[in-house]
Amino acid sequence: MIKDKEYLSKKASYCLDLAKKLGATDSSIVVGNSISETVNFRNQKLDESNRSDNLAINLTTYIGKKKSSISSSNLLKENLDTLIEKCIETTKNTPEDEFNSLPDKNLLAKEVKDLDLYDDNHVKNENKIEYLTRLEASASNEKKIVNTESSFTQDKSNFILANSDGFSKGYKSSSFTASCVTVAKDDKSMERDYEYTSKCHLKDIKDAEELGKLATEHTIRKLSPKKIGSEKISLIFDKRIAKGILSAFAGAISSSAISRGTSFLKDKINQKIFSDEINIFDKPDILKGLGSRSFDSEGVKTNTLKLVEQGVLKHYLIDTYNGKKLNQKSNGRCGGASNLYFDNGNISYKDLLNFRPKCLYITETIGHGSNIVTGDYSVGATGFLVENGDFKYPINEITIAGNFKDMFQNIILADDLEFKYATNSPTMMIEGMVVAGK
Amino acid sequence: MSNFFEKSDLSRNDAESIISDTLKKCDDGELYLENSKSESILLDDNKIKNSSYSSDLGFGFRAVSDEIVAYSHSNEISKNSLNQSSENLKSTLKSAKGIYNHEIPKSNKRYYENINPIEQKTLNEKIKILNKVNSYLRTKDSNVKQVTANFLGEQKSIEIIRSGGETLTDIRPLVRFNVTVMLEKNGRKETGVYGIGGRESYDSYLRQDNWKNVCDEALRIASVNLESKPAPAGEMKVVLGPGWPAILIHEAVGHGLEGDFNRKKTSAFHNLMGQKVASEGVTIIDDGTIDNRRGSLTIDDEGTPTEKTVLIENGILKNFMQDRLNARLMKTRSTGSGRRENYRHIVLPRMRNTMMLNGNNTQEEMIKSVEKGIFAVSFGGGQVDITSGKFVFNCTEAYEIINGKIGSPIKGATLIGDGPSILKEVSMVGNDMMLDPGIGTCGKAGQGVPVGVAQPSILINKMTVGGTKL
Repeated sequence: MIKDKEYLSKKASYCLDLAKKLGATDSSIVVGNSISETVNFRNQKLDESNRSDNLAINLTTYIGKKKSSISSSNLLKENLDTLIEKCIETTKNTPEDEFNSLPDKNLLAKEVKDLDLYDDNHVKNENKIEYLTRLEASASNEKKIVNTESSFTQDKSNFILANSDGFSKGYKSSSFTASCVTVAKDDKSMERDYEYTSKCHLKDIKDAEELGKLATEHTIRKLSPKKIGSEKISLIFDKRIAKGILSAFAGAISSSAISRGTSFLKDKINQKIFSDEINIFDKPDILKGLGSRSFDSEGVKTNTLKLVEQGVLKHYLIDTYNGKKLNQKSNGRCGGASNLYFDNGNISYKDLLNFRPKCLYITETIGHGSNIVTGDYSVGATGFLVENGDFKYPINEITIAGNFKDMFQNIILADDLEFKYATNSPTMMIEGMVVAGK
Repeated sequence: MSNFFEKSDLSRNDAESIISDTLKKCDDGELYLENSKSESILLDDNKIKNSSYSSDLGFGFRAVSDEIVAYSHSNEISKNSLNQSSENLKSTLKSAKGIYNHEIPKSNKRYYENINPIEQKTLNEKIKILNKVNSYLRTKDSNVKQVTANFLGEQKSIEIIRSGGETLTDIRPLVRFNVTVMLEKNGRKETGVYGIGGRESYDSYLRQDNWKNVCDEALRIASVNLESKPAPAGEMKVVLGPGWPAILIHEAVGHGLEGDFNRKKTSAFHNLMGQKVASEGVTIIDDGTIDNRRGSLTIDDEGTPTEKTVLIENGILKNFMQDRLNARLMKTRSTGSGRRENYRHIVLPRMRNTMMLNGNNTQEEMIKSVEKGIFAVSFGGGQVDITSGKFVFNCTEAYEIINGKIGSPIKGATLIGDGPSILKEVSMVGNDMMLDPGIGTCGKAGQGVPVGVAQPSILINKMTVGGTKL
């Protein structure tokens, strides 16, 4: 069982009280417990079971404008006492920073919204095994599939965030995740692909047979890929890749990157950085949302932000510290965006495939090729050649490259948005990027 | 040495009997106990932005039967908690009928000292150096607009208790010092990053104002990038410099030679043992025994002493890297490559210090021989799809080569290639092998472990460069 609110609150106030007694003028703490249970299958047999139980604290103490922090998974009283003493000692010896402070009291969340993020259902290992048995049977139906690996994970967590201004709130959340990775082989090649489902509530996850079937389909169609020549060509990003563009955007508008001057989007507020049709939302209160939250990691309340309106950048993602540096109030984004998404475009998926007579449909990228200082983007890619709306053949060993500043201006979105991850995008076309191949 | 049972209601004897009872019909398994202390001190934007300390304690209990691994971990070292884990393992392995393998090799060799680097230097001394770094860089070049520098220090004590009570221990120090600098000139911004580290005290790396060399190198890379032009797009010849560019070896062949992927036959290399996978003259080893290196280990996380494992010898594939599980199932021996990020994770076969050994060519010869291509000196990181064998790595400092001469610097670009064939495209191997500066972390299945790489300069006949200039 995960620790209840009473246990976590008690630990939190013990630490805050001791910090105060030892000389902290302010302090804040997170006490969290998470229990995760996973079963893995391989080639239709049990491969691994894994149970993890994590209980940890993270304490930040302030003495005036001096600040330091400790974290620990050893919650024995004696160890906590030593660590808190050490934290105060380090705080005293750390230079002042005028922007260090707890969040503005008026901005703190007044309530914990009921966002339906917790499902009390417990999936016993034998039920995980039953789900995975059906999943892998479905994934192994095709002769070309030579290896299947799948897993089912149940995560439950509870936390309390408290500070010396009297804030003390937390809530439980859960997630149920199943995934399937398949390997297919023919005489020319061996390829791997996957499908995945993750939800706060057990009843919302994908059906096992469907998950296995999708993983198999994704993998088999990649067999016998070709390498193409280098050219400028329109690219379509599958939804699972398109969300990565949005994550890079979120990194570039974080108040820390802005205040440090290390973002290509610095000083772009109220400027048009996307094409007219683009709207981007960050909505923290979606019921059962994978990125939903009642407040940010400092306790500041979070409201929906329309980050980009008709192509114009309206907000950065601001926390207390960097907000002070930028002379702005926190908008409850310490720890980043919540449920971040592009609003739907006004063209169907099918019409997007037909938008140009020839384009590349990208299903996977590899490498860490996003540079948010310069906006340069260059990654390895796998996908398909699409001609007149039809998938012709798989492509691999290519790279795709451009600069976000240009890419953002050349985005066309389909109208097929769904909330599968915390960050979501409809299928996306970007024109004008360069493919390097043969 | 940590005494894991000192403050617990669980005695060593209790633990030993729970372990032996849980593992009696299993092929392998152990209780892994870990106590780690780590610190991070960060200077950023002219200020000490963060000083934090963390202490982590916990155990991971593993039972292995045939191909099945059952694992349970907790950060509460108590009788109740260990019994709960034991029940959990037993319920997964109800039908286990193996014979426990007690055999584990022994060695007295150690590759680092038993020190706690965090305590060897006071907080004030560390803060002083970080502030010096900041003013040194900002004074040296007026285009410097941002400086980030940090110290990361760690001491990890581990104890492995096997069925029957056999106990193996290790204490591992690890430090890292990094500098990132951003320059701005005529509206253009570029960054340079450099760092050093390993399993010694901070002072062994920072003595004689060595921090200045780290600053100079970060600044040099950023300055080169300020002048860079768009990188070319397409297939061409690539000369790699010595040292850190060996992450090519790590991505292109290293991961594909890890035992688990080959037992499962999901690696592009699984059926190539004994075959030619690289040009003649190419020898690649994975070595856990180099003194004080970031990727070195006295024993791995299953208790096996590490070794120098020959992976590819003169072009021929000789060995995979193995942990105990994959070694048993592939009927070979562990190479001391079983590693985990911490007690929260299961053991996997992983790399330690992966190195390509010297050949006979010089870097000048290589560059002279290239009509059109690129010369890549520094890299940010890489990734591989071990099944298709395709891998990438990202240049952070590179130049074009035209008619045998080094030309202008080019913007950071991703290079992509095919692991099983790339080493056959190596046409020259240099005589200037270098180790990396000691900053690498390798990610696999969500677990990060410290690793090292090394190589001499090499010439690759063709690779795809992911630039924007057609």
